[in-house]
Amino acid sequence: MPTLAEIASPIALTAALASVTTILLLLIGTPIAWWLARTKVRWREPVAALVALPLVLPPTVIGFYLLIALGPYGPGGALASLWGARTLAFSFEGLVIGSIAYSLPFMVQPLRVAFEALGEEPIEAAATLGAGPWQTFARVAAPLARTGFFTGAILTFAHTVGEFGVVLMIGGNIPGETKVLSIAIYDLVERGDWASAHWLSLGMVVFAFVVVSAMMLIDRRYGRVTG
Amino acid sequence: MVGARGIGALAVLLLSALPAHAALVRAAVAANFTKVATELAARFQAATGNEVRLSFGATGALYAQITQGAPFDALLSADDRRTATAIAEGLGVPGTEFTYAVGRLALYSPLFDLTDGEAVLRAGDFQHIAIADPKTAPYGAAAMAMLEKFGLTEGAAPRIVTGESISQALAFVESGSAELGLVALSQVVDKPATQIWLVPPENYPAIRQNAVLLKAGETNEAARAFLDYLRGDAAIAVIKAAGYTLE
Repeated sequence: MPTLAEIASPIALTAALASVTTILLLLIGTPIAWWLARTKVRWREPVAALVALPLVLPPTVIGFYLLIALGPYGPGGALASLWGARTLAFSFEGLVIGSIAYSLPFMVQPLRVAFEALGEEPIEAAATLGAGPWQTFARVAAPLARTGFFTGAILTFAHTVGEFGVVLMIGGNIPGETKVLSIAIYDLVERGDWASAHWLSLGMVVFAFVVVSAMMLIDRRYGRVTG
Repeated sequence: MVGARGIGALAVLLLSALPAHAALVRAAVAANFTKVATELAARFQAATGNEVRLSFGATGALYAQITQGAPFDALLSADDRRTATAIAEGLGVPGTEFTYAVGRLALYSPLFDLTDGEAVLRAGDFQHIAIADPKTAPYGAAAMAMLEKFGLTEGAAPRIVTGESISQALAFVESGSAELGLVALSQVVDKPATQIWLVPPENYPAIRQNAVLLKAGETNEAARAFLDYLRGDAAIAVIKAAGYTLE
């Protein structure tokens, strides 16, 4: 059995990465999903396709582009130079950026579906009653679309926990900084420590089961209210 | 002088090269040997008509697959540990293990003049140095041993980034995110001389890269022939030109 110290760091790091990514994606994904659900412009679908791309692209493609984008010759390097670093690769911040790109559709898609399911009526009714756009969103649309928020947040968190290829390509396997659970398991398998790999993998299986069950419960309990 | 026996042997050789005899050799090859193995496989294929299918990866990952019955006839490991383990665990054929190349560790950077690489390392004017995973990759272990010997481990530790294989360590340097990399000379043998510093071999344990015939290939004559080909003069010349040594 692996020692607690050995697995505590990758578990804590993975939880931190998934939490930060989920919170940031709630902030980034909500306006995108709202716009996609409400706008009538013709280039709406191309934008939606762009957002959905990470569903189809292999993590190696995303990781490869991110490695270049985060590096000293890309925008990430320019940003990093503000605090004297050369690159955003090999850092927790870099992993957060990668995870946001990688998990974007998992937040936007369920939110868009939830917003579209609202229909025009509650929004027009709120406007008729004198609510501004912010008030309409915060007091009418968001509560009605809560299933979308639950689903998006859970999917994003779980998908980030399950991330491997992107982290492998931009992380550099630094303990406490970029060595997340999936990488730690890969490491253990490669070096032949299958006992520890089994323990961590079993934990992931249990986690995945809990997440999927929670998704189904939410769907059953709230799905019909808004859907 | 080519006598009757020589001509006879030549005929046998030519006959064995006919497509009717073509067989398949499936070899698992350590990532650092990618370029050379591809070239040697092509030459072997041209000479014998036998097809060689190469699978590249980190030795640790390949070995994990072999223990689970991956269909490989031969393993070209990046170390001499996995081949010995393979024989001990009954996965390799005893008596078929040999050293096909001895690796050389090189410091590489497209940004620094590495004519005096040791001075660049000691100056420490860099943010990231890429190595292969020292726990699984022999070049990574050699890199750590070398840093240890130079007394640089402590200073370099927070700046070390680890690739899962030596190929990825090089990718980190090529992308510019890591300024320096301790990689295999074979990976950077084509680079300008000033960008490479050959680490003196007394600073790290010898990287003996061994090959072994695997149980799955025990009856595959083409696989044995391929391993024999690797030990021949023609192959050795290619291997040496690619940045390896052989004693």
